Amino acid sequence: MNNSVRSTARLLGAGLRALLVLTVVCGVIYPLVVTGIAQAAFHDQANGSEITSGGRSVGSGLLGQSYTLEEKDKDGNPLPDPKFFQPRPSAAGPNTENTQYKLLVSGASNLAADSKVLLSSVEQRRTDVAAFNGVSPSAVPVDALTASASGLDPHISPDYARLQAKRVAKANGLPAATVEKLVEDHVDGRLLGFMGEERVNVLKLNVALKELRAQH
Amino acid sequence: MSPVLSGILQLTAVVAALALVHRPLGDYMARVYSSDKHLRAEKWIYRLIGADPGAGMRWPAYLRGILAFSAVSLLFLYLLQRLQGVLPHSLSLGFTAIGPDQAFNTAASFVANTNWQSYSGEQAMGHAVQTLGLAVQNFVSAAVGMAVAVALVRGFARSRTGELGNFWADLVRGTVRILIPLSVVGALVLVACGAIQNFAGIHEIGQLTGGTQQVNGGAVASQEVIKELGTNGGGYFNANSAHPFENPDAFTNLFEIFLILVIPFSLTRTFGRLVGNVRQGYAILVTMGLIWLGFTALMMWTEYAGHGAALQAAGGAMEGKEQRFGVGASAIFATTTTLTSTGAVDSFHSSFTGLGGGITLLGMMLGEIAPGGVGSGLYGMLVMAIIAVFIAGLMVGRTPEYLGKKIGTREIKFAACYILITPTLVLGFTALSMALASPPGSILNTAGNSVHDSGAHGFSEVLYAFTSGANNNGSAFAGLNANTPWYNTTIGLAMLLGRFLPMVFVLALAGSLAEQKPVPETAGTLRTEKPLFAGLLVGAILIITGLTYFPALALGPMAEGLS
Repeated sequence: MNNSVRSTARLLGAGLRALLVLTVVCGVIYPLVVTGIAQAAFHDQANGSEITSGGRSVGSGLLGQSYTLEEKDKDGNPLPDPKFFQPRPSAAGPNTENTQYKLLVSGASNLAADSKVLLSSVEQRRTDVAAFNGVSPSAVPVDALTASASGLDPHISPDYARLQAKRVAKANGLPAATVEKLVEDHVDGRLLGFMGEERVNVLKLNVALKELRAQH
Repeated sequence: MSPVLSGILQLTAVVAALALVHRPLGDYMARVYSSDKHLRAEKWIYRLIGADPGAGMRWPAYLRGILAFSAVSLLFLYLLQRLQGVLPHSLSLGFTAIGPDQAFNTAASFVANTNWQSYSGEQAMGHAVQTLGLAVQNFVSAAVGMAVAVALVRGFARSRTGELGNFWADLVRGTVRILIPLSVVGALVLVACGAIQNFAGIHEIGQLTGGTQQVNGGAVASQEVIKELGTNGGGYFNANSAHPFENPDAFTNLFEIFLILVIPFSLTRTFGRLVGNVRQGYAILVTMGLIWLGFTALMMWTEYAGHGAALQAAGGAMEGKEQRFGVGASAIFATTTTLTSTGAVDSFHSSFTGLGGGITLLGMMLGEIAPGGVGSGLYGMLVMAIIAVFIAGLMVGRTPEYLGKKIGTREIKFAACYILITPTLVLGFTALSMALASPPGSILNTAGNSVHDSGAHGFSEVLYAFTSGANNNGSAFAGLNANTPWYNTTIGLAMLLGRFLPMVFVLALAGSLAEQKPVPETAGTLRTEKPLFAGLLVGAILIITGLTYFPALALGPMAEGLS
């Protein structure tokens, strides 16, 4: 009995020492080496690919942001700003647990394909997007009607960007053709021609739009 | 180019990359686990551990090493989370201690290579827990899985000995020679494409319309790469690999799919090398590859078809998917993550079509063997191969043999126990959760007003949780609020039992095989390196899983997909 207790203790001791050594290797040395190289070689990317405009940071080119007015609708949600291209709907949840910060939270709706809740919000979004942009409801593309996986999707489809061009042009007092050209200049094709989908980075498009507006 | 064609080309690119890499990597891993030499760094590590890497272990000793190491890991990770509140702000980012049930669940989850998460990373875990705790388990739990697989392969390769190698040597070599070098390279690729790697903590960045966003910095790329490479799957952020800081573009998405698959597929080559017949490895590789390709093709078909009232109203299955990936790449990621023990997601399975969700569930229910987790995929598949030769032996009335070893009563008992463990855990805990009063209250997608009217999808949420836990996957139908004492405790138990009980039987099997003397091959021996055997193996896997889970699948995804 005494022997087996002693050998168990010895084994657990070996396990603990192995864990501590490997924690130093995998949990301290490895991340510090990677961080060191990353900060030296890929400084911008390692720190969040921030975009600057007019001498200040306007956000990460990889994260979606909202472009809204001060006014709120009847549910208390801020209204979209017609002067900017709008991103996809976001289902990222509110801050609920264990945080004293107002953090950027990521997440999806997790609603099922046959969910009545999802069905009614898809229908509502179709009506809203069509009315906001002055187009027919059937013209609204799928990415404008569905929440993304991260809730921070920085992209919209080229179709959704084109659909918004006229409304954006009007709200900014710019010629429609100019804004439409701006959209086409910001369509990113599939990587190497086949990876992923065609898309428009909303922040980059809006930054370019703001600069265009300043020129006019 | 049509989206479907782009999806097929992306799948082809992943297959081509794997075809290119699996031989050199598999051969390298075979050398790592059979070399007599120790690196200088490894010698230091052995001295600190106080272990003799040359000492051969019989299976009980090998198992005791695994259990001791994992028990200490479990306790360490639990305490690290419980003590988060008293750590300095630079390490905790101001987050408080994790509650006891959630800390147990998370510790069990990462030690068991599952990485089920009932917390949101950006709202709960500081640098210390993420980098010193969770990321470390991403490495070592993967190395433990690979060690067990290698021990089983040695059981086939060795004769008239009970010794399966040295656990400490296998653990350290897997970590130092395989996982860390690949991770350093992979992490830098991810950073170059935009994954973040800093210790900035929570900081403000500007917005175009004024004001700021608060963003969580951290050692993301270094954790992301081992999360995929070690088939772990626990995201730094709540949105996991859908978060742009973890998976910035369509290339990193395919790269992460490649990282998930590369070790499990390459280990078939390692297996072939170690048993002295690479064609045996090819038969296993083909079996895994056929199932993975078949599932991926089915998934693409159902996701592009986009059935389901809400998806049809929207005009496509883009709910819970990112624009930069689209439907095709998300489908490849989903089958890859559930046919391995990964559980990372670049799109949210709960919003997939009914049948698409069913395919992710079925992938896990196969036992995650096509190609499966690092190590666990190979040993799971070899257990199925033993079952398959047993079935073939029954058909022709011969004592079954595999790789020159007799599959007798003892071996079949171990294999049978192995395949019964996870279904028992999955179906038992799911039934309990649906029968008890309060657990169904966690379901998001209910059919009616009452929480007890779960509907098909609500039932799937619970079934998915335990399938994912017991099979050590970690993905979720994340509508389920799993952060309750019931789910934290039961899923925690399912993960631990689903990880370590099967290992007991695998190692016992390995010990029993290693003691045998080889039987000479005769004209009547089943040729297990031939396509016929691969076909038999695929059939055995599908039939055994189908018979086990059909009733549960009929109640959940099939009812949803066919309604």
